[in-house]
Amino acid sequence: MIKQLVILSGKGGTGKTSLTAAFANLAKRNIPPIKAVLADADVDAANLELVTQPTLLEAHEFIGGEIAIINSNLCMSCGICEQVCRFDAIIPPNSNHPAYQVDTVACDGCAACVYQCPEEAISMVSQRAGSWYHSDSLYGDLFHADLIPAQENSGKLVTVVKQNGRLKALDTNAPLLIIDGPPGIGCPVISAIAGADLGVIVTEPTPAGAHDLERALQTIQHFHIPALVVVNKADLNPAMTDAIKTYCAEKQIEVLGEIPYDSSMSDAMKLGKDIIAYNPDLPASQALILIWNKIIKYLSLDGGLT
Amino acid sequence: MMHQTPLKIAVASGKGGTGKTTVATSLALSLAKNLTETVMFLDCDVEAPNAHLFLKPEFSDQKQVEVLIPRVNETLCTHCGKCTEVCQFQAIAVLGQRTLVFPQLCHGCGSCTMICPTNAIQENPKSIGILQKGKAEQIEFARGVMDIGEPMAVPIIRQLKKWVKSTPSQITIVDSPPGTACPVVESMRGSDFILLVTEPTPFGLHDLRLAHQVAKELNIPTGLIINRDNGEFKELDNYCKAENLPVFLRIPFQRTIAEGIANGHTLVDILPETILSFQEICQTIRNIVK
Repeated sequence: MIKQLVILSGKGGTGKTSLTAAFANLAKRNIPPIKAVLADADVDAANLELVTQPTLLEAHEFIGGEIAIINSNLCMSCGICEQVCRFDAIIPPNSNHPAYQVDTVACDGCAACVYQCPEEAISMVSQRAGSWYHSDSLYGDLFHADLIPAQENSGKLVTVVKQNGRLKALDTNAPLLIIDGPPGIGCPVISAIAGADLGVIVTEPTPAGAHDLERALQTIQHFHIPALVVVNKADLNPAMTDAIKTYCAEKQIEVLGEIPYDSSMSDAMKLGKDIIAYNPDLPASQALILIWNKIIKYLSLDGGLT
Repeated sequence: MMHQTPLKIAVASGKGGTGKTTVATSLALSLAKNLTETVMFLDCDVEAPNAHLFLKPEFSDQKQVEVLIPRVNETLCTHCGKCTEVCQFQAIAVLGQRTLVFPQLCHGCGSCTMICPTNAIQENPKSIGILQKGKAEQIEFARGVMDIGEPMAVPIIRQLKKWVKSTPSQITIVDSPPGTACPVVESMRGSDFILLVTEPTPFGLHDLRLAHQVAKELNIPTGLIINRDNGEFKELDNYCKAENLPVFLRIPFQRTIAEGIANGHTLVDILPETILSFQEICQTIRNIVK
């Protein structure tokens, strides 16, 4: 049975990727070692590769959704497509362009115009939306992706990355899949948390961090996935950290631990390392080891670290 | 008095947590001090909206964002399956003598309703979020908030932008969501200028490149603010030079600033000298977009 651990936050920049990389290292250091597969589900700003030294093994194209295209030779300019489109994606003729055309960014790919066009002048075309990769990293197999900037279907690409990570875990008898989640609460987040055994939400004691923790928690609970909380940079605002802990206690959500604000986190990142590899004796590293022990206990995995 | 043309600036970053909201709110506050121009603040980070925590608006108006979800009248439905054929999202399915709708997958495009030969499909509105507007002192403030469990941010952002057209302002500041996918593009679209915010780290630079690429594809001019700068990460400076990306401001890396933000203060509260910097940045932007 593969356990899926997903790291989330709501607000960006609270330390999801830094913690994911540290957990991947701790899985390897665990006594006994836990073989983990890593999946970077933040496909429109993928950073896990920057701190896990990957060697690329495979690269695949990702075809996202389709978008509509109007054949101006067949178009009679009746304007029905513009009337039926609910995404304002049909641009009527104008001084720059004399024929009806599709706004490729606004097009949702619903194909309503294709079916309503009396001249059959509109068809759907596939879009290459990005690539996904399998790499060998410092801490085991890594699945990651690049969404072409401004492309849709990031949720679908997240699902592809996760599915391939899961298959690799099955093939290699790895008991753990660690997923670095995207910020927010929308489509890629929903794809990232689907099927997870545990969500660890990383927050920070700032008004925005606390506010978005609430929304991230509501989202993960909406999908019935157990959640635990880590407060990063906890000493930046001890009163707010206490307020977060009180809030979590009220919601019966366990706070796994607090990590002190430490500029070594970004120093480690600049060297392409996670904080544990950088220096396992730092207070932040020690806090992470305690948190790690609680996570593996929660997931019923063996061993731990002292 | 000389009348300025309206200016719309989108603040974006790629990576989350680099200081978009910090910059956007302080820019709006600085420009609002100049009482000759009206300032509108648009929080387009509908998944995790935070600007209200700093600008503290009083909302006076709100509007539900809805999509139209099909509802099948079984007495009229002949189970012909046309709806299933046209739906691109597998949101409607015919199973034997029943036609089922899956609202979570539905994009509300209306294609099934239009194609149904027996007019058996009606549509019911379903909320996906809410729009709110009001005032934060002199600043006109509006935001969208996505409902929990909903996947689609873009329709909310699009409706938010439409909704505020009735409140024309000389300067509009758009706070964009993180990332580089469709919600970011929708937030940036229609802006005159994109003000990028990054931090001098490998993560920050990696995601700045992506956000910058989106801006270039949209053909909108850009400038950069470097947050938490300690002057040590040369790769970022090299990138800016190679790309001719002008650096408008460097906000120093100081624990006191991080603590101030953590306590709910704005950057212009913590470093009042930045008010002038932000006003100058706006003037520079006006000269660039002219």
